[in-house]
Amino acid sequence: MKPDMTVNCAGILLRNPVMAASGTFGYGEEFAEYMNLESIGAFVTKGLSLKPRAGNSTPRIVETPGGMLNAIGLQNVGIDAFIKKKVPFLRSVNTPAIANFFGNSIDEYAELARRLDEIPEVAGLEVNISCPNVKQGGIVFGTDPASAASVVTACRAATKKPLIVKLSPNVTDVVVMAKACEDSGADALSLINTLTGMAVDLNRRRPVLANITGGLSGPAIKPIALRMVWQVAKAVKLPVIGIGGIMNATDALEFILAGASAVQVGTASFINPGAVEQIAGEMEAWMVANGVADIKSLIGALET
Amino acid sequence: MQFTAMILSNIEVSPGYWRMRMTAPAECASARPGQFIMVRVNGAIDPLLRRPFGIFDVGTYTPAQSGAVAQPYLEMLYRVVGKGTAMLSALHGSDLLDILGPLGTGFETGLADEEKLIVGGGVGLAPLYFLAKELVKTSPVRLFAGGRTRDDILCITEFERLGVECYTATEDGSLGECGLVTEALLRRLDSLKGKASIYACGPHGMLNAVANIALDRKIPCQVSLEGYMACGVGACLGCVAPGQGHSQETPDFRCVCTEGPVFKSGELKWRD
Repeated sequence: MKPDMTVNCAGILLRNPVMAASGTFGYGEEFAEYMNLESIGAFVTKGLSLKPRAGNSTPRIVETPGGMLNAIGLQNVGIDAFIKKKVPFLRSVNTPAIANFFGNSIDEYAELARRLDEIPEVAGLEVNISCPNVKQGGIVFGTDPASAASVVTACRAATKKPLIVKLSPNVTDVVVMAKACEDSGADALSLINTLTGMAVDLNRRRPVLANITGGLSGPAIKPIALRMVWQVAKAVKLPVIGIGGIMNATDALEFILAGASAVQVGTASFINPGAVEQIAGEMEAWMVANGVADIKSLIGALET
Repeated sequence: MQFTAMILSNIEVSPGYWRMRMTAPAECASARPGQFIMVRVNGAIDPLLRRPFGIFDVGTYTPAQSGAVAQPYLEMLYRVVGKGTAMLSALHGSDLLDILGPLGTGFETGLADEEKLIVGGGVGLAPLYFLAKELVKTSPVRLFAGGRTRDDILCITEFERLGVECYTATEDGSLGECGLVTEALLRRLDSLKGKASIYACGPHGMLNAVANIALDRKIPCQVSLEGYMACGVGACLGCVAPGQGHSQETPDFRCVCTEGPVFKSGELKWRD
């Protein structure tokens, strides 16, 4: 029998718990050639800002053992172009599209939440308070619980859509941040964003990235992500979306056992553009092989 | 598209430079010169990312067994620069590779009968060979190949077999003229009678020089860029290049993997 893979994540009904992570999936259409977009749970857009953003100078990415560093700098088309050029495609796909966004100030966060709230094709909002690669817009709000709470409160007042807050791992205690967001009206938490890292070119005696530091992603960060998801899922009542180095169904299922209601696949999509669909398929096969009828029975089922 | 290719041959053609032939699906026959492929070196997580390589050639071969029909193949030229390419160079015939491609926007072949001047060096010669095969059908073609040493001047015999007139220059004088190949290009432009187009692929300094020459002489010029990229499909935004009007206030980044790798040189921002 076909297992039940549906999950209700903060009010967004997912056909399965596997989503494509922000910043690794463009605006969805880039991947239509490589997979059936209607086979995945949801996809999250590249982070949006009020105005278009150029991003950082190059080199912006570098491979590291088991991972990669990126310092794109939140390059994006801006909310106006998103509405004009990207939303029509979202309309044509029967899969929830979640809009990731960030601002330079609390007012900008609220303004974006208000504008995204008006777009019927946007199923939910993911607030990015955790980009490590720009000075403003993101990490400033993501490392201080009071600032995070102000952002979430302002966004909550601006939208009725499901509101997901994406947390940074670059903090002393992720649980404190998670609770601050829960208390301010978030509907779900997604974690982790990338870990701040650095690569050095010995021969040139220079940093590899133009931005000097960048965000580490890929299999190298999975153990850290799993630990943080487990800690947060125990501490909050909200659904948690697990992110960090998921390359296959085994990885994804580990996050679900640790307490995640859904997962996001990021860097894997760069290596294999059909990764999100394949992981959802492998997950279903695993459930059949192991006699698991309902994915929901695995959420937080880790025995400790 | 994504496909599994079987390596047919993998040969070092010059110290540090390798030429690999692999099986390809029929769709690859319509690959355009300038397009590239993303190669996954192995299924492990180190190296994690695919590596981009320009397409050197596509064609058909007939397998050795009796009654075999012609099969499409694809070739790439690569230089061993790090772990990924070192692993590639250790692969043998019948090993399998996971390939994404053909990707990106290739060269426009331009008007028939005008003179085509192609400029390149090192692995930059890979897409230019594929391009030259197209261009020689309608136009006279001249190649200007430059490099640090003669090791960087690759596959000149293959270009000559196409009927391309080849000029070479090396910085150490070990092959052809001593100096930069753009000197030979300038001399040719001085004696040019009719119309011409320039096509270039190679180190960024070479491209910058060629772009400035083309601008000076008002000659159409296309360049093929390299970029650090993770995905090859326009999602990671790692491989961008500044467009002509780019500034901090008026951002204009072009995505090398999808909008390029081939650009009209006038679309991009260069140093004077």
